[in-house]
Amino acid sequence: MAISSIWVVAEPADGSFTTTSLELLTQARTFGATITAITWGGQAASLAAIAGEYGATTLFDAGDLGGALAGAPVAGAIASLVASQGAPDLILIPTSYDGRDIAGRLSAKLDRTVLTNVTGVADDGGIVTEHPIFGGTQIAKAQFTGAAPALVVVRAKSFVAESAGGAPAAVQSASSGDLGATNSAKITGTHVEEQEGPKLEEAAVVVSGGRGLGEASAYSLVADAAKLLNGAAGASRAIVDAGWVPYSFQVGQTGKTVKPTVYIACGISGATQHMVGMKGSKNIVAINKDPEAPIFQIADLGIVGDVHKVLPALIEKLKSR
Amino acid sequence: MNVVVCVKQIPDPAAPQSLDSGSYNLNRSGKLILDEADTYGVEMALQLTEKAGGGEVTVVSMGSAADLTGIRNALAMGAASAVVVSDDSLRGSDALGTAKVLAAAIGRTQYDLILCATESSDGYTGTLPVQLAEILGLPSVTFAKSVSVEGGQLSVQRQTEAGYDDVVCPLPAVVSVTAGVVEPRYASFKGIMAAKSKPVDQPTAADLGVAAGAANAGQKIVTVEAAEARQAGEKHVDDGDGADKIVAFLESIKVL
Repeated sequence: MAISSIWVVAEPADGSFTTTSLELLTQARTFGATITAITWGGQAASLAAIAGEYGATTLFDAGDLGGALAGAPVAGAIASLVASQGAPDLILIPTSYDGRDIAGRLSAKLDRTVLTNVTGVADDGGIVTEHPIFGGTQIAKAQFTGAAPALVVVRAKSFVAESAGGAPAAVQSASSGDLGATNSAKITGTHVEEQEGPKLEEAAVVVSGGRGLGEASAYSLVADAAKLLNGAAGASRAIVDAGWVPYSFQVGQTGKTVKPTVYIACGISGATQHMVGMKGSKNIVAINKDPEAPIFQIADLGIVGDVHKVLPALIEKLKSR
Repeated sequence: MNVVVCVKQIPDPAAPQSLDSGSYNLNRSGKLILDEADTYGVEMALQLTEKAGGGEVTVVSMGSAADLTGIRNALAMGAASAVVVSDDSLRGSDALGTAKVLAAAIGRTQYDLILCATESSDGYTGTLPVQLAEILGLPSVTFAKSVSVEGGQLSVQRQTEAGYDDVVCPLPAVVSVTAGVVEPRYASFKGIMAAKSKPVDQPTAADLGVAAGAANAGQKIVTVEAAEARQAGEKHVDDGDGADKIVAFLESIKVL
């Protein structure tokens, strides 16, 4: 089966699309199919150029959502488009909080299965997806067996975003139809908890802390080291759940995927949950008291030692440079 | 206020995991426990009903009923009853199939709010709460890190990439809660004893009038292969020189 039509859910962010959305548009081009993007948020006209540059010929606009969470109205718009235009072979959706909501709603609306945590998509006599399992130690490949569209939710940084210099996409509006009660969750306030300096997902250096830090106050060591290296500070799920740092710092399965030049794991044992989010780093340094900690199996440099001694010493050395 | 909590019994994540050869289903032959991610929803439900001054917590699950230890654990924490849809025909269901089954089971209960974890700790598909909401025609708020109910309206702090949003939503609704949203209580001895006699309804797929299982999944695993392994590099026991080693390494990769 040749793949002739691909739709990409293009999530708006800061006057463009999220990086993951651009990665999906780039990957969609490899199939030689017609690419259609779907966005929302009321800025579609100014996004048509970017959508086109990355290969979309049409940009459907679900419009300003009026403060509603994106899941129901965007899935509604896509389902209406499937009804009016016919189903594409494949719909690519970025892994994000809203992306997962859209995917879940759409799956139920269209009665189609949805595959998540995808890190690769290929046409191999049908759509085949790759999924890292068991902390990324194994790769499962799955094939869709039902009718189109195949719904695929792709993890960040699975592909590299590259512009192809195409002409602006033609913007068309897409109506969500009657959503009833499903559209009644509304955003009343927005809070930003991001750190100063480079973004966690984009930083060349990431210094992350885990439970081995012992207490919340010790996280300042991680933050200081990150700052001195012009990097970003990250965290394992354990200390995010414990409330030491905000969720936006979390690296891993439910958090962010990072692929920095170097990832420095401090007091992180290396739960599978965490490894999925940082295994793709170019270099990995680990500091941990337990010589058997799984993180050492993937570390290029492992320091078996106390983070409370090694990190202050590292900070002093960095300061004196 | 009546709250339904979707829970799952999973193989102990601390034990080695494997897939059944042939079906590629997760091997569930060993001991099953209540997914830790679900304990937050159970605790949240108990706190919300306590605060509302009445109502019951019902846990709803799909899976083998041969070992109900995990379900009893939720009952021991304080849930009033359980519904466990157990049927061999449901093995190999995808998330949508599971959502259909749970929606049918929940449809037989009284509820104002449905709580789920954001994702299970074994399959981590992470779409079930929203699929469930869509099937039931309800609004949903996912990734809640704080939940309160006032005058029939939910107020939620919902995680975002950059921080969190304040979200309001009328009931009934589906909410997925993150780990750490509340501190799950330990079951008391009294709770454990009481759990033994609490009702556990065990309908089949036919009782609910739904079909799911591998045959309806719309997907199949075709291969499972070892991922390209990262080689462990140098491992050095800190002797006061750990920081020097790190600096030298950072210089070697031109970060410094």
